[in-house]
Amino acid sequence: MTVRKLAVISAGLSQPSSTRMLADHLAAATESRLREQGFEVEVTTVELRDVAGDIMNNMLTGFPSPKLESVIEAVTGADGLIAVTPIFTTSYSGLFKSFFDVIDNQSLTDMPVVIGATAGTPRHSLALDYAVRPMFTYLHAVVAPTGVFAATGDWGESADSVKTLPNRIQRAAGELAALVKDSDRSSQVRDPFGFDSVMSGVGGFQPS
Amino acid sequence: MQFGLFTVSDITQDPTTGKTPSENERIKATVAIAKHAEEVGLDVFALGEHHNPPFWSSSPTTTLAAIAAQTSTLHLSTATTLITTNDPVKIAEDFAMLQHLADGRVDLTLGRGNTGPVYPWFGKDIRQGIELALENYALLRRLWREDFVDWSGQFRTPLQGFQSTPRPLDDVPPFVWHGSIRSPEIAEQAAFYGDGFFANHIFWPASHTQKMVAFYRQRFEHHGHGRADQAIVGLGGQIFIGKTSQEAKAAFRPYFDNAPVYGHGPSLEEFTSQTPLTVGSPQEIIDKTLGFRDYVGDYQRQLFLMDHAGLPLKTVLEQLDLLGSEVLPTLRREFDARRAPGVPEAPTHASLLAAKNAAAAAAPDAVAAAPGSAFGLGAAKGA
Repeated sequence: MTVRKLAVISAGLSQPSSTRMLADHLAAATESRLREQGFEVEVTTVELRDVAGDIMNNMLTGFPSPKLESVIEAVTGADGLIAVTPIFTTSYSGLFKSFFDVIDNQSLTDMPVVIGATAGTPRHSLALDYAVRPMFTYLHAVVAPTGVFAATGDWGESADSVKTLPNRIQRAAGELAALVKDSDRSSQVRDPFGFDSVMSGVGGFQPS
Repeated sequence: MQFGLFTVSDITQDPTTGKTPSENERIKATVAIAKHAEEVGLDVFALGEHHNPPFWSSSPTTTLAAIAAQTSTLHLSTATTLITTNDPVKIAEDFAMLQHLADGRVDLTLGRGNTGPVYPWFGKDIRQGIELALENYALLRRLWREDFVDWSGQFRTPLQGFQSTPRPLDDVPPFVWHGSIRSPEIAEQAAFYGDGFFANHIFWPASHTQKMVAFYRQRFEHHGHGRADQAIVGLGGQIFIGKTSQEAKAAFRPYFDNAPVYGHGPSLEEFTSQTPLTVGSPQEIIDKTLGFRDYVGDYQRQLFLMDHAGLPLKTVLEQLDLLGSEVLPTLRREFDARRAPGVPEAPTHASLLAAKNAAAAAAPDAVAAAPGSAFGLGAAKGA
């Protein structure tokens, strides 16, 4: 059976975390969509809190610790990414942004992504579209049209009863599954010694 | 195998005393460190190039000439010479000049620098860093090897019948190393020409250096310069030696914790486990340094960074004493014992001159043109 790899990033800080909860719901919905279409799915979930110190050390030294390196490999080598952050001070959390600051800015090119965010009130919901989405656009990722925002009330009685959170999650998962289905990122061989046009390929350097 | 020092020329406050040396103190201290390097038996002293404080070494050949005048065996090198923003004509001239003054004890390591604004300060664009390194070096080689050069390129005003002066000592250009932390293009460039490859090594995990050196060796063989294990490899290293491991760590920790490059980040223990930095007893330094060979193969040059992060001159000189007496003899013996047959030493002026003379003896017609007598030759070329 064909395998698709899903990476899930949660930048939630508390235990339990509503950010992690949203990430898990998105992952489960995407996984079941893909299984319905005959794919085997491998899900790797990363709590950025677990590598928070490593991320900052990478920022300072320029290289990742072995632990962070394995996380980066799991994320950049996936067929699709679910990325969920809490909204702090009207934007993604610093931890979330810092992770994407230390990875190679070419490494998410063409990556199918669903973005999600959590916050205390629905009034922060546009942060997904003015902050998170442009960051992935810069990284040349392919961001699904639906981003899922969950305010605290979405988990209880003040939830939107017309376009419910589960509806939104299903819609985003469907969009991501369609992109992941055609993604072969996890089976691509990346040559760290491949050159761009300035060298005449690995076949040799031609001096002028 | 050559052992030596490399320095970035930083002027940094000593975190244990709060004292920051003056430019003059640091510059004079660097000359004293180089002289002492020769006294304790080291082979190489390599100096960085920077054009912004807190670094002072904007004119490495001036400093190296002063060191040459006060030493007799020490090989003088750079770490690195900016092939991107310097005019290759000036590099050709400066290093040929230094060759004459230092009686050939000169080689150089080319690099692209680590300070973005240096490019615009010298009228260049950082996005063309690799292209600059390739074109400038191609010209530099010709300036040293051809008496009269006709040249035009993308980055510099054209040259017609130009002769850089003085000509290289004995018509033997200085040996060139290409330094890189992360760009495989530079490893390819070194391999293409059969030049040396110097891996900075010290700020990154060993696995990264291993991949870069393996790539360089493979490409060296591909380009027909010899077997992969005969490629010329240099490595950086960073050590602080104490009588005991505990003593070394206690003395170095305040410098590590406040160092400009990695301070306030990972702990000394994390950084030493993930990079070549070794802080410990002589035996620990020996074991870790010998271990480099396990992942890059037999190599030709090992340079240590020992005078940065605000370490005072007195401490650095004591460190050199410990290196020379407690570490170096064992490193030399053990590396020699382990080296595979057929692995060459690092080229020196003497070895390159001997090779040139041997080639001339084998094929007298091919190298008939005498060095410097170039008016006839150049005129003939131009006609």
